[in-house]
Formats: sequence, C-alpha cells, structure tokens
Amino acid sequence: MLEFILPVAFTMVAIALILNLYRVIVGPSVADRILALDTLSINSIAILIMLSLYLGNTLYFEAALLIAVMGFVGTVALSKYLLRGDIME
Amino acid sequence: MFEIIISILVLIGAFFTLVGSIGLAKLPDFFTRLHGPTKATTLGVGAILIASSLYFFVFKDEISLHEILITLFLFITAPVSAHLMAKAAIHIKKNEDKKLSNDK
Repeated sequence: MLEFILPVAFTMVAIALILNLYRVIVGPSVADRILALDTLSINSIAILIMLSLYLGNTLYFEAALLIAVMGFVGTVALSKYLLRGDIME
Repeated sequence: MFEIIISILVLIGAFFTLVGSIGLAKLPDFFTRLHGPTKATTLGVGAILIASSLYFFVFKDEISLHEILITLFLFITAPVSAHLMAKAAIHIKKNEDKKLSNDK
C-alpha cells in the first residue's frame, strides 16, 4: 500500500515546492521572499524524509537535519539584516 | 495494519504541506501569508516525521533518533523564525509609511 501512496505524496509536495518557488520569484517585498525560502527549506525536509521512506535508507536524515539547521540560521540572519542593517552588532 | 497507519500519516502530511504552500501563494497580504506555512507546513512535516519514525521502528527494527531530533528542532525554531520575519515586515512597512508621509 505504501508504494502506491508515496508517489501521490511526492507529487503533492512537489507542487508545494513549485508554489514556494513562485512566491520566491514573484513576492512583492523582501519579507515575502524570506518567508518563501524558509517554507522551501521545510518542504524539502519533508520530501527528503519521504525519499528515505521510499528507499528504506536512513542516510538521508543527516541531510534533512543539516537543511533544517541551515534554513533556520539563514532566516534569522536575513531577518536581522532587514531589522538592523547589520547581522552581528 | 501498521502500513495503513503509516500511509494515512504520509497522506495527511503531504496534504497539509500542500495546503500551507497554496496559502503562501494565494493569500493577499504578508501577514496573512505568514499564517499558512508556519502552522500547516509544520504540522505536515510533523506527520511525515512520525510516519517515518513508525516505519523504521516497525519494519527495520531500529529506533532512529534523527526524526525526534528534527521534530524537536523544527517545533522549537518555527515560532522564533515566524516572530523575526513578522518584526522585519513591520519594520519595512513603517519605513514605507514614513517615506509616504514625507513625500506629501
């Protein structure tokens, strides 16, 4: 059953990633683009976890953890830059 | 039995991820757009992570702590990043309003 469900879920998350990319390109303000990039990193974590379910391999969790950490650090740095004009004070 | 539960959890996760991203793409204003991904997408990724944890526990007989680590990290950091982005957006909006009132 899982091998029939997983392609459907892959398609749904791929459409979600395309919508996030649309918001990154179109987004009227800079804050919209930062929000879209943050959502893009979270959705790519979801698609990596589903890939590891599909292949039965735990190797992809390290990549997902790295994307989670780096996405958070990038979001905080960009928001700080918008707020203060400087990342470290 | 467990396979059905895992399939339902994966479907729920993918559905909520899609709903959050549609909200991000369709809603009109930044502060309404912030609402979609920060709640729906976090819930979707949480459901997929629970499904993966259950799968590797039941079918592969190994307890993997990576999923729990990713879930904890995401659930701690999502509100913090949403708060910072909202503050940045308010800052930009204030600056634009100030410029507009100076132009008059």
